[in-house]
Amino acid sequence: MTNELTIKITGEAGQGMQTVGAALCQMFKNTGFHIFANQDYMSRIRGGNNFFQLRISDRPIFTLRQRSDITIALDKASVPLHKSSMTDGGILVLDRKKFTITEEEPTFLDIPFYDMATRVGGSEIFINSVACGIIAGMIDVELRSVEHVMEATFAGKSEEIIRKNKEAARAGYDFVRNNFKQDTFRIKAGAIKDTGVLVMNGNDAIALGAIRAGCKFYSAYPMSPSTTIMNVIAQYAQKFHIVVEQAEDEIAAVNMIIGASFAGVRAMTATSGGGFALMAEGVSLAAMTETPIVVVVAQRPAPATGFPTRTAQADLEFVLHAGHGEFARVVYAPGTIEEAFSVTIKAFNIAEKYQIPVFIMTDQHLADSYRNIEPSDLNNGKVQRYIVSKEDSKHITNYKRYQFTGSGISPRAIPSWIEDVIYADSDEHTEEGHITEDADIGRKMAEKRFYKKFSGLSQEVEKPTAYNVEGADMVLLGFGSTYGVMKEVSDAVTDRKIGFIHLSQVWPFPASEMVGLLKDAKKVLTVENNAGGQLARLLRRETGLQVSGSVLKYDGRPFNLDYLIDRIKKEG
Amino acid sequence: MDIKDFKSNDEIAWCPGCGNFGILNAVKKTLAKLDRHPKDILLVSGIGQAAKLPHYVRCNCFNGLHGRALPVAAAAKIANRNLTVLVTTGDGDCYGEGGNHLIHNIRRNTDITVIVHDNQIYGLTKGQASPTTDPDYVTKVQTEGVILEPFHPLEMAIALGAGFVARGYSLDTEHLSWLIGEGIKHKGLSLIDVLQPCVSFNKKNTYEWYTQRVYKVNDDGSYNPEDKMAAYEKSHEWGDRIPIGIIYKTEKETYEEKRGLSQGVPLVEEQIEDIDITSILSEFT
Repeated sequence: MTNELTIKITGEAGQGMQTVGAALCQMFKNTGFHIFANQDYMSRIRGGNNFFQLRISDRPIFTLRQRSDITIALDKASVPLHKSSMTDGGILVLDRKKFTITEEEPTFLDIPFYDMATRVGGSEIFINSVACGIIAGMIDVELRSVEHVMEATFAGKSEEIIRKNKEAARAGYDFVRNNFKQDTFRIKAGAIKDTGVLVMNGNDAIALGAIRAGCKFYSAYPMSPSTTIMNVIAQYAQKFHIVVEQAEDEIAAVNMIIGASFAGVRAMTATSGGGFALMAEGVSLAAMTETPIVVVVAQRPAPATGFPTRTAQADLEFVLHAGHGEFARVVYAPGTIEEAFSVTIKAFNIAEKYQIPVFIMTDQHLADSYRNIEPSDLNNGKVQRYIVSKEDSKHITNYKRYQFTGSGISPRAIPSWIEDVIYADSDEHTEEGHITEDADIGRKMAEKRFYKKFSGLSQEVEKPTAYNVEGADMVLLGFGSTYGVMKEVSDAVTDRKIGFIHLSQVWPFPASEMVGLLKDAKKVLTVENNAGGQLARLLRRETGLQVSGSVLKYDGRPFNLDYLIDRIKKEG
Repeated sequence: MDIKDFKSNDEIAWCPGCGNFGILNAVKKTLAKLDRHPKDILLVSGIGQAAKLPHYVRCNCFNGLHGRALPVAAAAKIANRNLTVLVTTGDGDCYGEGGNHLIHNIRRNTDITVIVHDNQIYGLTKGQASPTTDPDYVTKVQTEGVILEPFHPLEMAIALGAGFVARGYSLDTEHLSWLIGEGIKHKGLSLIDVLQPCVSFNKKNTYEWYTQRVYKVNDDGSYNPEDKMAAYEKSHEWGDRIPIGIIYKTEKETYEEKRGLSQGVPLVEEQIEDIDITSILSEFT
C-alpha cells in the first residue's frame, strides 16, 4: 500500500483547473492528509496547456514528485503532453469519444466524463466536478466528503448549481466504483471534518505577515508572480485600515512607499525582476534618506520578460547589489510558507530599526505553491517599533534627522509630531538633512549608512537551518524555495547520509556560521534554480569556501524530489 | 505665523536674478498666511534648481529623486492627512522625467499643491531644451533648433480632469502668492505652472519677454474658470499674449475622501503593535 499519491488535472487555460485544484486541496486536508500543490500555468488567459498538481501524503511534505499517479486530461492536447510522465501503474483518465483518441496505452482509462457532465448538469462546465468525483472514487474518499467540498466550493451560488455539481461529482465517483477495480490508489482517508488546518501559498503568507506587521500602505504595479500579495492585502484592506494603491509603474510604487514611510507608516511593495529593475534608483533613495521600506522580489526567469509565469532564483546577485552606491541592506530568502510569514514581520521590524531597505526574495514556486499549515504556525513574530513615539515627540525642539551615533542609527521622528521640522535629502547631507559638499561629513555619512548599520545587522542574522549535516556523506546547500526539496531528499535517501543547509537570510551573509557548518563536510553541492551558481559564488566570496559542485536548474521549472535525487546520483 | 518663522539659514545656490527667487518669496508669503506651524507643512521636491527650494524654507522637506516628487508627496499625504503638502518641481523634473507621475497623480487627486518652476530650459545641466522649450530655440544639443512639439501642461491637466489648473509669473509675487494660496485651499491636486526666466540659459523667454505678454485672466470677472471648454481654449493661448491666473477650477472628490481617509485617525496614528489576524485565517482553508 502506498502512503502518498500525486494527482494532476490538466487542460487548457480557462477550463477551471484552479477551482478544482482548490476543491481537492480542501477535500484532502479535511480528510486527514498533508498536501503540497502547485499550478503550472502559461502566460495566457485562454488555451495552451496548464495543470494543477497535487501531492497528498500521510506525513508532512514540502515538494513535488516528478511523475503522476492519477492524471485527468480535460482536453485532447493534454494527453500526449502528459502520458509520458506517469508512474508505473499510474492511470491517465481521458474521454476517448470526446477527444477522438483510439490509440492504446497501458495507463489510459477511458471515462466519458464530458457526457456525464452534460447528462447530469446540462453543460460541459461540470467536468471539473466529475473529475473530483473520479479522483475521490479511486482513492476511497467517502462520497460524502466530495459532496461536502462541492457545497463549500460553490457556497453562495444557487441551490441548483450546488446540486448539479454534487450530482456531477457523484456520477464520476459511482462510475469509478463500478468500473475500476484496481486498488493501487486506495489510501485510507478519514471522515471529513473541519480540522482548522489552513491551506495557503507563499504569497498569502507574506500578505498575512504584512498585515500582522502593521503595514498600512502597500503600493505596487501588478507583475507575476508577485501580484497575489496585492490581491490578498487589498481584500482585507478595509478591515485592517490599509491603503492599497496600484501605482502607475514600479518607479512610482517604490517612491510612494518611501513617501508613506517618511510620513511615518509601515509600507511595502512587491514585484518581480523586471519591475525591480525599475525600482533600483528608489532603493538607493531609501538608503540615502534612511527611510525604511520592505520590498518583495518574487523571482521569475529572465533576462527581460523571460518566462512570466515560471520560477527561477537568478536574481540573487541582482538583489544583493541593486541600487547605486554603498549602503546596508538585508535580504531574506524564506524557504517555507511559515518562514515567509515570520520573515515578513521581521523584515518590517528590521527595516524600521535600521532605517534601510529590506528585501524578501521569493520565487514563483514558493509564491504559488500551496501547503497545509497549522494556525499556530502563524504565531511567530511580534511587532517592534523604532520611531520616536508621539508622546516623546512633544518635547523635541532641536531635531537632527541624521544625527551621528555609535550605531549609525539616528532617532527617527515623525513629521508634525515633533516641535521642529524634518529635512530628508537624496543629496549628501548634514546631520540636519541639508545639502552639503563637505568631505568630512560625506565620509562620516557613508560610514553611518554602510559600516555602522552593517555591523549591527550582522548581529541579527537569521541562522541557517542545518539538517543531518554532521557526518554526512554529502551536504546540499540552498536558499529560498529549495528548502522543501532538500529536506525531502535528505529524508528519502537512506543508503547514504545526505544533509542540507538552508539560508533564509542571504545578506548579511552568515559567514562564520557557514564556515563552522561546512568545515568538516566531505562534499558540498549548492542546489539552485539558476545557471550561474550564484549562491556558490556568494559563499566563496564571503568565506573563501569552494563547493564541490552545483546542481543547477534553469528551465523555469522547480526542482522536485525524484529529479534532485537523480541529479545528485550523477554527481557521485 | 510670520514670514520669518519660515526663514531657513541655508545658503541659496541659485544664480543672481534667477526667477526662482520670486517663487521662493511667494511660497513663503503664502505659508505665513496659512496659519499653520512649519512642522505641519511638507515640501517635496525632486532634482533641479526648483527642487532646491524646500531647503530655503523652514518646514518639513523631502528632497528625493529626479522626476519622483509626486509619488512621494501623494503617499505622504495619504499617510498623514494633517500635513499640508506642496511639491516644488521644474519643467524637466515634472514634465520630462516625471511625466507619467504627473498624468496619474492628476487622476489620483490627492490634496496636494504642485508648483512647477517652468523656465522652458534645463538650467542645472546647462542649457538643453526642456519639454516646454519654444520650437526652433537653438541649444548646444538642439543645434538646429527644437523640433519637438512643446509639452502643453495646462491643456493636458484640464483634459485629464484636474480640479485646479493655474499659471503664475515669478515676477508678480503678489499674484503668484494668491494663486498658491488658492491652490492650497482647493481640495485635491492643484497644478500651478509658473513662468520663470532663466537668466543664464534661456535667452529668449526673458523677464522683458514675459512681462510684455502676460495678462491676468481673473481680474475683471469676464472670464469664467469653471467653463471647461473656455478654459481649454484659454490654456492654449501662447505667443503675443499669455494668460496667467486660475485657468480652470472645479470641485472634485479627493482621493482621501474616496478612500475614507478624511475621517478617523490619520493612517500614521493607527496602532499597529498588536494586530490580530486570527479572524481572517478561516478564509485560508
